[in-house]
Amino acid sequence: MTVTTPILEWRGIRKRFGGKTVLNGLDLEVDAGRSLVIMGGSGQGKSVTLKLALGLMRADAGDVLFEGKALSGGLGRHQQKLYRASGVLFQGAALFDSLTVWENVAFRLINADGRSRRAARVAALEALDQVRLESSVADLHPSELSGGMQKRVGLARAIVGRPRILFFDEPTTGLDPMTAEAINLLIVDLVKRLGCTAVSITHDMVSARTIADDIAMLDQGKVVWKGPVKDLDQAREGVVQRFISSSAGPPPAAG
Amino acid sequence: MAAAARLTLLAPVAAVGRLTLGLTRLTGALTLFALRGLLACLSLPFYGRQLLQQGVAIGFMSLPVIGLTAIFTGAALALNIYTGGGRFNAEQIVPQIVALGITRELAPVLAALMLAGRVAATIAAEIGAMRATEQIDAMRTLSTDPFRYLVAPRLLAGVVTLPILTGVADIIGIAGGWLVSTLTLDFNPAVYARATVDFVEVWDVQSGLIKAAVFGFIVTLMGCYHGYTAIGGARGVGRAATRAMVWSGVLIFATDYVLTTLFTRG
Repeated sequence: MTVTTPILEWRGIRKRFGGKTVLNGLDLEVDAGRSLVIMGGSGQGKSVTLKLALGLMRADAGDVLFEGKALSGGLGRHQQKLYRASGVLFQGAALFDSLTVWENVAFRLINADGRSRRAARVAALEALDQVRLESSVADLHPSELSGGMQKRVGLARAIVGRPRILFFDEPTTGLDPMTAEAINLLIVDLVKRLGCTAVSITHDMVSARTIADDIAMLDQGKVVWKGPVKDLDQAREGVVQRFISSSAGPPPAAG
Repeated sequence: MAAAARLTLLAPVAAVGRLTLGLTRLTGALTLFALRGLLACLSLPFYGRQLLQQGVAIGFMSLPVIGLTAIFTGAALALNIYTGGGRFNAEQIVPQIVALGITRELAPVLAALMLAGRVAATIAAEIGAMRATEQIDAMRTLSTDPFRYLVAPRLLAGVVTLPILTGVADIIGIAGGWLVSTLTLDFNPAVYARATVDFVEVWDVQSGLIKAAVFGFIVTLMGCYHGYTAIGGARGVGRAATRAMVWSGVLIFATDYVLTTLFTRG
């Protein structure tokens, strides 16, 4: 029997905004090499859960642990260690609009790793190739690209540092179904090829079933169900069943 | 009824209290932001490319508007001093007062106000839009400190370029006074120039340049602070741009008074 070690853990997280409790003692962990998708309705704390791990928000209580170390400790060094080991695809891609595509992809290499612009460009072109974008887009600005292409550039930026853990924030939001499917398959392919851990948040059931090994369902600030994606339909929790049935859409018209 | 009356009576006091608390919070937040910005200016890594870009955007691109402001201000000042001096037969003081007014006061203040209008709002809008579209969050996850990458180059560019712009405004402003005095007020060009050179002291120019460096910090700090703390999407970005411009103006005048008091003492 193999023992898996959690690479990332949320322990007893509480977070309030004004009078509203968003996370109420959240406990969750991701095992190394697995792809976890965090699901839940709007306002159930999915984005907050992700932002806490990324150090973009502070918990009122509890801690997020990366490889067993609290991210809030070590005077920010542990958070920096997570940044060094991770890549993030933001919901709107969050590309720097003053930079070209290749400069976006190579941003970390130039500004954090101190690589020369020439070497960084070569690495950026390789990453663009991995997300199936032609090198001809490298010198364009993000505003000249479609939404799907921007997501691909965001993906290239996330993987260029050869991360051990990838975060995806609503990776298919705002995309048409065909582009969304292409992005989902690309994520699956990249995660497998890089052999890394993935943490995604989404409310898109199709996307979740495609990219997840495990699913965690959030409701009222807690994980109400967690398990392998193949067991999702057998979940007995009412919240999960309601979420699945509401995501299925209306039955096809007869005739 | 009595409680309601008491509440009505206390309403102005409560309003003053809210205003005081708000201002205290703002001052505290702004001070911390400024300290963090200064610390980022003094620590590595140093983004030279960003500094160069901001130097061009903030300094070089402001040159035409500041040059035009200076020449017209110098010309108008000469006419006003000539008219005022004429009331007690002292028209000959035009070169000296133009030079003093331009170098010590008008060039640094007007250049800073022009910069506030052109740059503070632009910086606030630019950084505010980056905040709204998660670009600042993305930067942090890419192991890059937004204070070092975004704030420090802008602060440094403001502190370095505004004194240079003010130096240029000094020359153009005095030239504006010389031009109008020699063309319309019958001053001898060489005598006017000699009077200016003989009268102006190094400290007159230096004090103006020190003021300009402080104003450059204020203008870029206001742009960065209001952009960085912008909330509420496109509307929030618009509000941040307006606030950056207005607060820059107010702080320029307030700081100008404080610095002038310090510089004229003793």
